[in-house]
Amino acid sequence: MSNFMFLFRGGETPTSPERMQAQMQKWMNWIQELRNDGKYIAGDPLQGSGKVLRSPNKVITDGPFAEGKEIVGGYFLVRAETIDEAANMAKDCPIFEGGGSVEVRPVQVINP
Amino acid sequence: MSDAASIHNLVDHFFRHQSGKLVAVMTRVFGLHNLELVEDVVQAALVQALEAWKIHGVPEDPAAWMYRVARNKALDVIRHRAVGDRLNPEWTRLVGRDEGSDPLSRLFLSHEIADSQLRMIFTCCHPQLPEESQIALTLKALCGFSTHEIARALLTTEANVKKRITRAKRKFIDEEIEFEVPSGDALKARLGSVHTVLYLLFNEGYSSSQPNELIRRDLCEEAVRLCLLLFDHPASTNPETAALLALMLLHASRFDARLDESSNILLLEEQDRGRWNQNLIERGIYYLNESASGDHISRYHLEAAIAAHHSIAAGFADTNWAAILLLYDDLVQIHPSPIHELNRSIAVAQVSGPDAGIAAIQQIKELENLEDYHLLHATLGEFHRRAGRADEARRCFRRAMECTVSVSEQRLLERKLHDCDVLAQTAKK
Repeated sequence: MSNFMFLFRGGETPTSPERMQAQMQKWMNWIQELRNDGKYIAGDPLQGSGKVLRSPNKVITDGPFAEGKEIVGGYFLVRAETIDEAANMAKDCPIFEGGGSVEVRPVQVINP
Repeated sequence: MSDAASIHNLVDHFFRHQSGKLVAVMTRVFGLHNLELVEDVVQAALVQALEAWKIHGVPEDPAAWMYRVARNKALDVIRHRAVGDRLNPEWTRLVGRDEGSDPLSRLFLSHEIADSQLRMIFTCCHPQLPEESQIALTLKALCGFSTHEIARALLTTEANVKKRITRAKRKFIDEEIEFEVPSGDALKARLGSVHTVLYLLFNEGYSSSQPNELIRRDLCEEAVRLCLLLFDHPASTNPETAALLALMLLHASRFDARLDESSNILLLEEQDRGRWNQNLIERGIYYLNESASGDHISRYHLEAAIAAHHSIAAGFADTNWAAILLLYDDLVQIHPSPIHELNRSIAVAQVSGPDAGIAAIQQIKELENLEDYHLLHATLGEFHRRAGRADEARRCFRRAMECTVSVSEQRLLERKLHDCDVLAQTAKK
């Protein structure tokens, strides 16, 4: 088993409270499935704005850093045998219904 | 994400109802004239909850979490935007001067939320607003419906809903309407229009013109929820409120029994009474008893009493039609309406036969107002059928079909036409 990170970008935010709850329920169901399979490790949402520091002068500027669609909204840490399995796990993510994306990255093992 | 959070599921309509609560609370902070700002702040709080919870799970106390977020967003607005001078002066003073005190948090205590929601009910039902604005605004501000959902619920366009809501918001500003519960005689009068709006809201859901069963249920549930809020608040609890609540609960008890598996309408005499919700009937009877005080009998008292007679009857034939007829006699006295008279004719027919029912219909004042009402012709048709006049009955049912676009009503009328054919054939033999 290796660890992988899912990075969530974009997706649609409904304006109707009822639709918000429906969207959230889909995410909860998906997470629950991953947990039931023992594949979910952790996850956190990220706030929509922040600061960026750039070389060489370490000037601090405010986010957002990119187009709205490109901002990472949150991440999951999951467990899978292969990158392909991890990518397949991400296929059920509700983010696709709203046009968002999931980036799947293997976590680098420090002691290979 | 903790295990506790992961298994925690939200109650149905949590976001929608929180939206209603937050809009009411925030309107107390920012004032009715800032309703747009209020909606923005509430929307931002809901989005933050959605974005955080969908990845991290629902916190142990989701309501408290959302209140904290909303409170912080409100404070941000107060501190960073130049709306201070247009805020409720009380909040400006307290927020600005005393870092230690936290008047905003106080507004999220449950009795303060109820109080804010009550103010919102009275505001949405303000007599200066046209009826259609009252209903649309109630659904938006108190029930957390989006304009799209309101349009679907009220069978109109989104543009129309927006127009109705904008008109209401403009009225609030132009007339300098206060966000408050009126007192004294004004309270009594305003409570009357609140009852009317909730009654209409319930009927929107109960009427068969709304084809979507889920929407119908939602509207009925929302009307009951708001009526309970009225009943539980000292300012608005009175016998009439109890009667309206009883009326809604008793009707709602039959909700599941009104359609068969193919969504065909089942008439009262065809319904499986075992599917009537006994819990709702008991609650309805409880509030009907609560309504029996004071010296004023409202239309809601009489309509609830009629509904109660149906609810406690073992079967259609066992219904106390004589008692129901007396109640209808009173109802058309205190609240003259051709529709009530039409319903009364059904009781007349049960007591004295179908021809007496037809005679009662012919005596309806302003009968011409019902000329395009499908239930007038359907009722007449049913009376003729029972009296054995298949041709007359058929003619009435066909006329009824011309008056309704509802698919389920059409199917019911086709079934009735078939009954007429059966009747005609039996007569031939």
